[in-house]
Amino acid sequence: MNFSKDLVAASATPLVLAILAEGDSYGYAILKRVRELSGGRLQWTDGMLYPVLHRLDRLGYVKTRWETSRSGRRRKYYRISRRGREQLEVQRRQWQVVDGILRDLWFERSSAPGQPLLQES
Amino acid sequence: MSSSGRQREALEGQIAEWRAYLRRRRAIFSPDVEELESHLRDQVKALADAGLAPDEAFLVAVKRMGSLDALSREFAREHSDRLWKQLVLVNGETGEPGRSGFVETAVAVCVAAAAALAVKAPELFGHSQIGYGDGFYPRNISLLVLPLLTGFFLWKRRTLDLRCLWLALPFVVAALFINLLPFKPGGHTEVLAALHLPIALWLAVGAAYAGGRWNSTGGRMDFIRFSGELFIYYVLIALGGGVLTAFTGVMFKAIGLDVEWLAEGWLLPCGAAGAVIIGAWLVEAKQSVIENMAPVLTRLFTPLFTAVLLAFLATMAWTGSGIDVKREVLIGFDLLLALVLGLLLYAVSARDPKSPPDAFDVLQFVLVVSALVVDLLALAAIGTRISEFGFSPNRVAALGENLILLVNLGWSAWIYGRFLLGRGSFLALERWQTAYLPVYAVWAGFVAVGFPPLFDYA
Repeated sequence: MNFSKDLVAASATPLVLAILAEGDSYGYAILKRVRELSGGRLQWTDGMLYPVLHRLDRLGYVKTRWETSRSGRRRKYYRISRRGREQLEVQRRQWQVVDGILRDLWFERSSAPGQPLLQES
Repeated sequence: MSSSGRQREALEGQIAEWRAYLRRRRAIFSPDVEELESHLRDQVKALADAGLAPDEAFLVAVKRMGSLDALSREFAREHSDRLWKQLVLVNGETGEPGRSGFVETAVAVCVAAAAALAVKAPELFGHSQIGYGDGFYPRNISLLVLPLLTGFFLWKRRTLDLRCLWLALPFVVAALFINLLPFKPGGHTEVLAALHLPIALWLAVGAAYAGGRWNSTGGRMDFIRFSGELFIYYVLIALGGGVLTAFTGVMFKAIGLDVEWLAEGWLLPCGAAGAVIIGAWLVEAKQSVIENMAPVLTRLFTPLFTAVLLAFLATMAWTGSGIDVKREVLIGFDLLLALVLGLLLYAVSARDPKSPPDAFDVLQFVLVVSALVVDLLALAAIGTRISEFGFSPNRVAALGENLILLVNLGWSAWIYGRFLLGRGSFLALERWQTAYLPVYAVWAGFVAVGFPPLFDYA
C-alpha cells in the first residue's frame, strides 16, 4: 500500500515513540517492528527513519547511547524520555480524535444518523 | 580462499564504497554514517539469512535505504546548522579519516606561534623590522615563515620522512644566497630579491602541499585553489586583526596608555606571520566553505575587469599616451595580468570541463585577449626604455615577467579560442596552466639570486 508522504511523516513520530515506549531499541529493530505491526502494509524508506530519530533526539523526546554488540559493531540505541512519553500521550489523544471522527463518518454514521460529529471539541 | 570468504570480502568492499559515498555528504556526519552502516549490515544479514546471495542482499538493502540524495536532503533539513557549523568543526566530526581534529588544531596553533616567534627572533640580533631597516627583514621574511608552512604540510600529509629533506634545499640555498651576497642596502637588486624570493619559495610550499601529487594536474590545480583561498582567508584575518589592533589602541588610550609599541612591535608582525599558518590550516579544514567563494568572486569580477581593461585600452588609443615605466607601475601591471590569470584559473577550476561554451566563456576570452594586448603594450614600453637607457635590473625583471605572462596568456587565448570554436577541450587549458607553474618560480628564483651578481648589486 502506498501511503502519502504527509501521512507517513505525520504518523512517524507517534509510531516511533510508541515502539520505544515498549523498550529501548535501535533503528533497524524499530523498522522491523513497524513492518511486523503493519503486516508489511506500511513500508518506510529505511534511511528516512534516521532523520526522524534525530529530530526526536533534538526535541528531547528520546535519549541516545552507543552500545557494542557481541560482534563488536556499535549500535545507537534510543530510549524514550519523560517528555517523550508526555508527547506520546498528547499525540495519542490527537490521533484518537481523528480516528474517532473517521470511524463515525465511515462506519457508524449510517447506523446512527444525526449523531454529533465533533463530540470532543 | 573459500567462495563464501570471497563473497564476504566482495561485500565488505561494496559496503566500504557505499560508506565512502555517504561520507562525502556534508550534512551526514560520521556517527550518522556508522549508524546507517549498522542498519545496512543488519538488513543484509537478515536478507542473507532468508536465502539471498550476499551481493543480492546488498543491492536490496541499499535500495531499501532509499536515495542518498533524498536522505542527505532530509539530514540537511533536520541538521541545517551543520551546513554552517562546518566553520567551527574539526575534521574528526566531518568524517574524514585521520588524526583527530584536536591534534591538528593544536599543531596548527603551535606552528603559528613558532612563526610568530621566528619573525621576532632576529630582533634579538639587532635587526630592525620597522621600515626597511638594514634590509634583513625584507630579504628574509619569507624564509622565516614559509619553511614552517612547508613543515606543517609535510606533517599533515604524513610525508615527513628523509626523502622530503630535498624540500629543505631551496630554503637553505635561498637563505645562504640572500644573506651572504653583498647587497647594497636598499639597492634595486635587493628590493627585487625581496619581492621575488617569496614567489620562488611558494613552489616549495606547493610541493609539500600536493604531497605525492605534485606531478599531476589535479594536485597542482588543488594547490592553485589553495593559494587563492588562502589569499581570501588572509585578507579576512587581516581585516579582523586591524579591528583588534584599533580597539586595543583606543581602549588603552582611554586609560592614558600608549600601546603603539605593542601594536607595531608585536601584534602586527606576529599576527601577520601566524595568520599565514592559521589561514592555511583553515583553508584545509574548511575547504567546502570557501570553495564556493573564489568562483563567485570570479564570476563577479570577470566582467568588471574586462570592462576596465577595455576602457584602459580605448583611453590609451584615444589619448595616444604611453605607459610610464617605473617600478611601481610595472609591478602594478604585472599584478593586474597575474590577476587576470587568477580569474582565468578560478573560472577553469570551477567549471565543468564537459559543458559547452557559453556567454561567460566569450567574456573570459575577451578578458584574456585584452590582457594580452595590455601586456604587449607594457612590453613595448619596456623595450623602448631598454633601448634608450640600457639594461637595468628593474627593466629586465619586468621584461622577463611580461614575456612569461605573454607566453601564458597567448597560449591560453589560443586554447580558449579553439575551445570556443568547438575544436578543443577545456581540459587542455587546465593542463597548460598547471604545467606552467614552475616557470614563474624559476624566473622569480633567478631574479632573487641571479640578478644581484649579474647587475653588480646595483
